[in-house]
Amino acid sequence: MPPLYRITITGGGMWSKIIGRGKTIRLTDLEGGANVSMLLYNAAERLERYNMPDTLKGQQIFFLTAPYCIHSDMGRIFCSVTEDTAGWHDTVCGCTQARTVEKKYGVKTYQNGRNDFYRNGHENFIIELAKWGLGKRDLIPNINFFSKVTSNEEGRLTFDQDATKAGAHIDLRFEMDTLVILNTCQHPLDPNPVYAPKPVELSVTQATPPGAEDPSRISCPENERAFINTEDYYHLCA
Amino acid sequence: MKESSLDPNRAAYVATVLAGDHWMHEVRKGQTFRILDLEGNQAADTLFYNAHNPEERYSASDTIQQQSNLYLTSGSALISNEGNTLLTIVADTCGRHDTVGGACSRESNTMRYALDKEPMHACRDSFICGLSHWGQGLGKRDITCNINFFMNVPVTPEGRLTFEDGISAPGRYVEMRAEMDVLALISNCPQLNNPCNGYNPTPVQVLIWD
Repeated sequence: MPPLYRITITGGGMWSKIIGRGKTIRLTDLEGGANVSMLLYNAAERLERYNMPDTLKGQQIFFLTAPYCIHSDMGRIFCSVTEDTAGWHDTVCGCTQARTVEKKYGVKTYQNGRNDFYRNGHENFIIELAKWGLGKRDLIPNINFFSKVTSNEEGRLTFDQDATKAGAHIDLRFEMDTLVILNTCQHPLDPNPVYAPKPVELSVTQATPPGAEDPSRISCPENERAFINTEDYYHLCA
Repeated sequence: MKESSLDPNRAAYVATVLAGDHWMHEVRKGQTFRILDLEGNQAADTLFYNAHNPEERYSASDTIQQQSNLYLTSGSALISNEGNTLLTIVADTCGRHDTVGGACSRESNTMRYALDKEPMHACRDSFICGLSHWGQGLGKRDITCNINFFMNVPVTPEGRLTFEDGISAPGRYVEMRAEMDVLALISNCPQLNNPCNGYNPTPVQVLIWD
């Protein structure tokens, strides 16, 4: 089935759209070494938003992969990871800021670099959030797809430079009507000293609705209850 | 682990925050702020804001990123969403504080424990009450991922996350110096469903020195 929508997002780029319940986003790392920073909000009530702690503690995980779910702060599920060939997606490191980009990569202004000027994740989020009436108060810890960061017993973090290869993809099946805001700036712990954000393909297809034995639904009792909360929400408001 | 030389009898401000209560107060630049675990194994869910511009606030991800470490202890800088240091931890007799466990809410309790746990009191309701009483137009939108002082949430190298018995004990404390004028908001966690506070929520004390 051809996708309903397909776009290539350039490295250091940004994108935001409302994705309806029952659709799947596929993100593909085109060249290897990509990073996609994402925030999610309920399209109808943007005070409901992605919640890193609920996502982690509900599933007792520190990273995302299939069949885990991405939780809102209201006991519901924005989307389920239905397929993943990368295997590990960071949930805690946030995004770059103007000053961290300058410290790491130096300065390239628009005046000097035209559209290759150095962008940062924080500013890209603020720009896209503003287009939906959101701002700094709505900034929360984001997901970093395709980036693998592990912790040792003392909490020390390590970025794995070989984690994602060209062609790796992850599928997100949306269980709620969701405002998706993303950018493709480099991961803040990426030790590469060169500013070289990678492009990503984003496509949207119609999803198969999750049945009673859906792997994400039954992955843990917490997700089963969050699916009930999500379905109750739509029974009441649909 | 690092002890403080400050004398509690000389503190400019002392208050006790009961389990299930919220507390919000300004800590001015240069002041030292201590949270004392009176009876042990309590979780003090805490948020910080720039007192003059609360849109700037504690950011878990910027804090984790800057120190490349998940846990907080003496020497840790608490970083804002603008990349500035709000406070620096200067003493800590507990040894480790959590940045990724967040706060409980009535809604997340239904997901985590059982649908019928919804009526039980929870931290994010306390945060809403604290922000609403404070004013300045603050509310749910301003509740971001908080620090859990005294809470133990180990992450394994394989990426598992668990909630363990607290590593705190009666009389342990964490102390931080404000690097700008900040607002501190605490929900003293009322959770009864997991071992973060030994199933027995107890009071904490807050102290401020000039």
